[in-house]
Amino acid sequence: MSTKEERKYLKLSGLEPMIVSAETNFINVGERTNVAGSRKFLRLVKEEKFDEALDIARHQVEGGAQVIDINMDDGLIDGKDAMVRFLNLIMAEPDIARVPIMIDSSKWEIIEAGLQVVQGKCVVNSISLKEGEEEFILHAKAIKRYGAAVIIMAFDEVGQADNYERRIEISKRSYDILVNKLGFPPEDIIFDLNIFPVATGMEEHRKNAIDFIEATRWVRENLPHSSVSGGVSNVSFSFRGNNTVREAMHSVFLYHAIKAGMNMGIVNPAMLEVYDDIPKDLLEHVEDVILDRRDDATERLLDFAETVKGTSKERVVDLSWREEPLQDRITRALVKGIDQYIVEDVEEARQIADKPIEVIEGNLMTGMNVVGDLFGSGKMFLPQVVKSARVMKKAVAYLLPFIEEEKKKNALSGGVVKENDSNGRILMATVKGDVHDIGKNIVSVVLGCNNYEIVDLGVMVPPDKIIQTAIDEQVDIIGLSGLITPSLDEMVHLAKEMDRKNFNIPLLIGGATTSKAHTAVKIDPQYKNAVVHVNDASRAVTVVGDLLNKRSNQKYVGDLKEDYEKFRDGFLKRTKQKEYLSIEEARKNKYVIDWQTSEIVTPNNLGIRVVEDFDLKKLEPYIDWSPFFRSWDLHGKYPAILTDTVVGEQATSLFKDARELLQRVFDEKLLGAKAVYGLFEANTVDDDDIEVSSEQGDFKFRTLRQQLKKHAGKPNFALSDFVAPKESGIQDYMGCFCVTTGFGTKELAEAFEADHDDYNSIMIKALADRLAEAFAEYLHKKVRKEDWGYANNESLTNEELIKEAYKGIRPAPGYPACPDHLEKITIWELLRVNERIGVELTESLAMWPAASVSGYYFANPEARYFGLGKMKEDQVKDFAERKDVDLEYAKKWLSPNIVD
Amino acid sequence: MKEIYKILEERILVLDGAMGTMLQRHKFTEEDFRGERFKDWPTPVQGNNDLLSITQPEAIKEVHRLYFEAGADIVETNTFSGTTIAMADYEMEDLVYELNYQSAKIAKEVADELTEKEPHKPRFVAGSIGPTNRTASMSPDVNDPGYRAVTFDELRIAYKQQVEALLDGGADILLVETIFDTLNAKAALFAIEEVKDERNIDVPIMVSGTITDASGRTLSGQTAEAFLISLSHIPMLSVGFNCALGANQLTPYLEVLAQKASFGISAHPNAGLPNAFGEYDETPEQMAEQIKEYTEKNLVNIIGGCCGTTPEHIKAIADLAKDYKPRVVGVEV
Repeated sequence: MSTKEERKYLKLSGLEPMIVSAETNFINVGERTNVAGSRKFLRLVKEEKFDEALDIARHQVEGGAQVIDINMDDGLIDGKDAMVRFLNLIMAEPDIARVPIMIDSSKWEIIEAGLQVVQGKCVVNSISLKEGEEEFILHAKAIKRYGAAVIIMAFDEVGQADNYERRIEISKRSYDILVNKLGFPPEDIIFDLNIFPVATGMEEHRKNAIDFIEATRWVRENLPHSSVSGGVSNVSFSFRGNNTVREAMHSVFLYHAIKAGMNMGIVNPAMLEVYDDIPKDLLEHVEDVILDRRDDATERLLDFAETVKGTSKERVVDLSWREEPLQDRITRALVKGIDQYIVEDVEEARQIADKPIEVIEGNLMTGMNVVGDLFGSGKMFLPQVVKSARVMKKAVAYLLPFIEEEKKKNALSGGVVKENDSNGRILMATVKGDVHDIGKNIVSVVLGCNNYEIVDLGVMVPPDKIIQTAIDEQVDIIGLSGLITPSLDEMVHLAKEMDRKNFNIPLLIGGATTSKAHTAVKIDPQYKNAVVHVNDASRAVTVVGDLLNKRSNQKYVGDLKEDYEKFRDGFLKRTKQKEYLSIEEARKNKYVIDWQTSEIVTPNNLGIRVVEDFDLKKLEPYIDWSPFFRSWDLHGKYPAILTDTVVGEQATSLFKDARELLQRVFDEKLLGAKAVYGLFEANTVDDDDIEVSSEQGDFKFRTLRQQLKKHAGKPNFALSDFVAPKESGIQDYMGCFCVTTGFGTKELAEAFEADHDDYNSIMIKALADRLAEAFAEYLHKKVRKEDWGYANNESLTNEELIKEAYKGIRPAPGYPACPDHLEKITIWELLRVNERIGVELTESLAMWPAASVSGYYFANPEARYFGLGKMKEDQVKDFAERKDVDLEYAKKWLSPNIVD
Repeated sequence: MKEIYKILEERILVLDGAMGTMLQRHKFTEEDFRGERFKDWPTPVQGNNDLLSITQPEAIKEVHRLYFEAGADIVETNTFSGTTIAMADYEMEDLVYELNYQSAKIAKEVADELTEKEPHKPRFVAGSIGPTNRTASMSPDVNDPGYRAVTFDELRIAYKQQVEALLDGGADILLVETIFDTLNAKAALFAIEEVKDERNIDVPIMVSGTITDASGRTLSGQTAEAFLISLSHIPMLSVGFNCALGANQLTPYLEVLAQKASFGISAHPNAGLPNAFGEYDETPEQMAEQIKEYTEKNLVNIIGGCCGTTPEHIKAIADLAKDYKPRVVGVEV
């Protein structure tokens, strides 16, 4: 574990921020808006067709470019005028202007003109020492004053750096001038270390790639806070015409360059093979060239290239199905989740069809119906369906431009525009204050597969936005999801709003804390139309189908309402039978520890510690896989689930994909893991409060006590029972912690989604959640053995760890022993979690990033987990007084645990 | 001016409230605005509040004094529209230097008066630099989105003149405020950096943007964090938000700044949202109650008021602020 060292990150902005941190991995710069890089763009600018030029910019941003490079350097264009005009137009397009701009020119006057029309923080591409120090300094000063970051070309008075030493020499000299002489922020410096072609046949080009990679490593290690960028396609220049080899070269080059620290670059995602998918023989030949591993590397690759020309992608085991009729091929691709040939097949179908929309309604839906049937009959499992959806999305994405074209044609010829008729439109949202969306995304995908149109508003969606979108988009159903308890209230609120606004569409409720009981008792009475609790994806399809079936849905809704009413009555009657103690009585029946004999260990390390840049690999053995399978609706215990007769095959396949992605996460450090934890002197005061002293002063944790009347001899627990009371005179201790493995998840998931890959988008989130839990387990063990040190002799197997067979507990606010989320705020204040590791609390006190765990440490051997159950209003009132908050406020937060 | 950086660490500083609201109480007529000197001016000048620094200096000084007495540490000069660009409406471009100089001078006189009386609480003057009435990154013409009514250089030159006059008149701080287009602010800050360089001086700079509505963005479309990143190249005394929203609505955006910024944080919200008559009717107590959230959450270093606030509001805020510690500037590890 490394201690915290201050790192400054490159921060850019368009309408929205973009921060290049250790977690962002690799920033992809779009370069299609470069007259030197795109003939089409050049032509459009020359012809002053700026509207179409804007489409190119938009397309890049939609395609995942995180920064767009704009270059107007061409002899036949007034570069300054074109730059200003184009940038001004971009600023009026929020969907483009949300990303930062890279102003690219070799002429200073064009760069400066560009800097004067962009409000966000740009990147200047580029300046160098080519014309000497004086001019370099002049331009760097101006860039600093305009508030931009800068790319420094490895170029000086002598020429362009073309070997390792020269790259280092020029970078270091540039850096020293900028940082030491001009006070230029080092994090705003990006080095372009010149990517040159390899395998050109010329001896002096042999080390071009490896020199770049090694120089990158040197720069990132020796020039603190700076970044390294470059244009990747150059490297494969000598293999123009052989895309199989070029794609492999790009991947291999990037794989090694990113490992060495390259964190930004111009890459055409279409010209990139997945590193692991490169056939072993090709990989070996390419790596020989890129890494300059053999004298005859170039010749060998050239020879080999002849054999793989355009064939690499067909190296799949059994391709006989490619000979089958078109519809069979499309169906098979969907069922098997193979996306390799789908565009090709869909194009063939499009040629045959009268209208492109028919391919969706005919060929693709035929295939998806098969998927739906297999899923419905339990012959396909959720992970496969999500893979099918990935293929479907790719196919639809390919067809959309043709459909738009067709629409335009029809509109022009006065024809009727036929909209895609879906089975219905469903709005999906994770409610305000909540960030959890794995389940929601799965349900969205499955419904999408069944030809429902999904309007997904994402996470933390405010109620007015849900209402307004539902109206604007005329949706047929609203689906709400949430994982933490405050989200339950949000759902009730939304149901009320829907009723108030006279909505008449069904409301679906889902998410881990939701239940049929809560839905029936709290939500259903608020809304006149159906409110249905749906907790798994396969049921969602049938429920939605019944709700939207025009012939029978009225009866169905009526039945539902009746069912929920019955359930509600039954539930309310049952709860009335329970007996509760007053809070005073409950306190009298507290759990008593004999403090005179109880074992209290003084921690070795009191105070707060931070763990940064934690190596995720260490967590692998601590992962509890069973919940992972559960999140994909595969039920069973790991590892037995892998050989289960029903789901075993699917579980194994899913597990394989998960392990592969996990390996990538480890190798490429795709996720950032951080933790903060502390151990403090603590004593219980006034029965239920725990007073904690830290360097920053005293804090109090308010615990809640069970109030249900117990059988004789059974105590009413509160967490405070596990800490020695102040009046005992014995110094006791407690701890708290927050761990996260979530940094980077959102970006990765979005990148997958941009590639129509929901499967991996959901997968990465599910993995991040598992890693966070594993991290909590790991850290707890470390605390037990080292920081607190009460269990130095503990040696438990991982299974025992997962079963929590150790001494001491780590309950988490929001979970059964302490369902009150409010105490998270106290943890955040005490540990200064946000400032230290950047994990934030939303307004509903969910943690962001979502893959985070926080909680307390109690070490007493008698400490145990328990469920609080329901409490009575007297405790709520008492709690509000102790905490010095309004009763209403306390009620709002504790409501899921108050007796009805 | 090192002093103010030090004070900023010790306590929450209080900024003044609205100038316009206070001047409305005088119900100045066209004649009052003109005074003797501008009685034959070719255009109507009623509503040109900045002009009152020349024609009704006592009224302006009185407002400054009331705010200082209410507990403000900093008052803003009466120069919100003091650029050639904003003064073009009144054909008063040539008066810009004098307007700014006079406004700074009279504010400084009142500040010195109070500082002398209470040396333990030094008073400061912030030269107010408004957004002008044109935007550098948005087109006023919906049919021509690429058009711009003002350029960066035009803004830079106009701001530079205002900055020089404010400093000559005695402003201690420069406050670039009510920023609805970040590019305008960049031009103002560029001008300030030029003046600092030419005069070889350092001046504390406060920057305050405006989140226009519940979208959480500036008028030019930036989120709070993007706004912060776009201006972070300038060494600022503080960054914050003012105007458009009441204290409550501003909280989430201040939280973003408080988390991400290594500068001091300022807020001068309106006295709530305007009612149907365009009046602000939030009472001092109501406003202070909301601002309590800022202080309790440790979000701010400088607080004051914008539209609709009065010395009574500032007193309520000052009374509240003295009981709380300021946010620690520069997130420590």
